[in-house]
Amino acid sequence: MTPEADMPNATEILADLPESEGRRPTLEEGAAPRKLRRRRLQAVAFGVLRATAAVNVAALLLVIAFILYHGAAVVNWEFLSRPPTHSMTRGGILPCIVGTLLLSIGSILIAFPVGMASAVYLSEYARPGRFLRLVRLGISNLAGVPSVIFGLFGMAFFVIYLKLGVSLLSGALTLAAMSLPIIIGAAEEALKAVPNQYREASLALGATRLQTVFRAVLPVAMPGILTGAILGVSRAAGETAPIMFTAAVFYTPGLPASVFDEIMALPYHIYVLATAGTEITRTRPLQHGTALVLIALVLGLNLAAVLYRSHLRRRCA
Amino acid sequence: MSAPTPPAAKAAARHLHFYYGSVEALQDVSIDFPARQVTALIGPSGCGKSTFIRCLNRMNDLIPHTRVTGELWLDGKNIYAPGVDVVDLRSRIGMVFQKPNPFPKSIFDNVAYGLRVNGRKGQDFIRHRVEESLQKAALWAEVRDRLDASALSLSGGQQQRLCIARALAVEPEMLLMDEPCSALDPIGTQKIEDLILELKATYTIIVVTHNMQQASRVSDFTAFFYLGRLIEAAETPQLFSRPRHKQTEDYLTGRFG
Repeated sequence: MTPEADMPNATEILADLPESEGRRPTLEEGAAPRKLRRRRLQAVAFGVLRATAAVNVAALLLVIAFILYHGAAVVNWEFLSRPPTHSMTRGGILPCIVGTLLLSIGSILIAFPVGMASAVYLSEYARPGRFLRLVRLGISNLAGVPSVIFGLFGMAFFVIYLKLGVSLLSGALTLAAMSLPIIIGAAEEALKAVPNQYREASLALGATRLQTVFRAVLPVAMPGILTGAILGVSRAAGETAPIMFTAAVFYTPGLPASVFDEIMALPYHIYVLATAGTEITRTRPLQHGTALVLIALVLGLNLAAVLYRSHLRRRCA
Repeated sequence: MSAPTPPAAKAAARHLHFYYGSVEALQDVSIDFPARQVTALIGPSGCGKSTFIRCLNRMNDLIPHTRVTGELWLDGKNIYAPGVDVVDLRSRIGMVFQKPNPFPKSIFDNVAYGLRVNGRKGQDFIRHRVEESLQKAALWAEVRDRLDASALSLSGGQQQRLCIARALAVEPEMLLMDEPCSALDPIGTQKIEDLILELKATYTIIVVTHNMQQASRVSDFTAFFYLGRLIEAAETPQLFSRPRHKQTEDYLTGRFG
C-alpha cells in the first residue's frame, strides 16, 4: 500500500478521537509524553547494556593492572634469561618460558593437522547420518571435559601406557587433545563460510572432490582455521592441570634436550611457587612476575593470530 | 530394458525425470541439442531449466536426496549409465554460473586452474593456453598487463568473461550457461552475447535465460519449460513468431511468468 493511500485512514482515526471535537491537538502535543518515555527507556536500556560490556573489559584490565603492579618490578632481562636459583627464591624463569613455548609449538604441530583433517571430513565429506551425529556429540562433549581429566588421561595413556614418560611429548599430546574441539569447531566454521560457488566452479572444471578441497576451499578457509588453531592452543598453554602429571616438574637443572625430557612450564611454576614452596611469601613478587610473563605470552599469541589472519585476508582479497 | 538407440544430436535427453526428494522437478523431458548451435532455455522461475542444465554435467549429483531417471546422451553415450567417470565428464562440459564466481586467486591462476587439476603440465603450455583462452573470451586485451592481479579486482562483466575463459581453457565440447548475464549491466551483457555468437563456431552452447530478447538475439533453437515440463522446442524464429502451444504464446506475450 502506498503512503498516500494510508493518509486518509490516519485522518479519519484522528477525527474520531473525542479531543478532536474542540481543538484537534497537533501531532507533537499528542505524542510528546509517550515519545519522552520511550526515549528514557531506550537511554536506560543502552546504559545497562553498555555497562555490561564495560564490565568485561574492566575485568581484563583489572587483572592485568594487578599483575603489572605487583610483578613489573621483578621482570627484567635477568629474570627472563636465567634459570631459578637458591631453591627458586631468586634467579629467573627461562626454563619455564622455553618449556611453555615448546609445549605450545608441539601441541599446535599435533593438533592443527588432526583438527583440520577432522573438520574437512565433517564439513566436506561426511553425509548426514547417525555416525556424523555421534562424532559431533563426541567433539562437543570433549570440549566440556575439565582440564584435570585431560591431565589424568594424559598420564594414564601417554605417560604410562605408551611409555612416553613425563615429557615434553606427553604434555604436548595432552594439550593437543584438549585444544582439538576448539580447533575443529573453528575450522568447521571457517570451511562453512567458504561460499559454495567456489566448490561448484572447481568441480565443474573437472576437479575431483579432493582437489577441490585442497585447491579451492582450504586456501580460502585457511586464515580462519589458523586463527582457531592458535587461539585453541594459546588457551591450552595457560593451563596447569593437563601438564602437571604429564610434562611439568618442580625443577629441571637445564633446558630440555629432546622431546622425552621433563620440562618446567610457566603455569605450573606459578602453582609451585604459590603453594608448594617453603618461602611462599618471599617469592610472591616472582609469582607475579611469572604470571605477567605468562599472560603476555598468551595475549601475544592471540595478537599474532589476529594479525596473521588479517594479513592472509588482505592477500586473498 | 533393451538398449536404446543413441540420438544423432551432440547431446540429447530422453524421458528425463528429476526428483528433489519426492518433488518431481523435471517430467519426461526429451530434447535434442545440435552440435555447434546455441540453444536457449526459457521459462518462468522454478520451471526446471537450471535443474535441467545441471543434469548435463551431473552437478546435481552433489545435492543429497536427488534422483534421475531416463537417459541423457552426450556423443552417443548415456552420461547417467553406471561406470561413467563424472570428473572426466565435467572436464568435457564447461559451465558458467549465474553469478560470476572467479576464485580469490590471480587472473592467471583462475584460468590455469582447470588445466592444473586435469594434470596438464608445462609452464609454457599453461601460459600459452591461458593467453589463448583469455583471447577467446575477449578479455586478453584488458588483462594482459595484470595477469597476477586478483581476479576479484575485475568488474562484474570482466569476471564473467574470466569465468568463460576458465571454462574454455579445459577445451570442453559444450558450454552450459546458467543465466550468465543476470548479474551484469547492459554493456557487460552485450559483450557476453557477442561472445556467445563467436563461440558457437566451436562449441555446442546451452544458455538458460530469463531475457526473451536475449534468447531471440543469441540462440538458434529455443526450448520453453513450464512447471518441470518441456512445453515446446523449435528453431528460435519459429518459436517466437508462431508458437504451437497456448502456454508458450502466453509466456512470450507476458501473460504470466
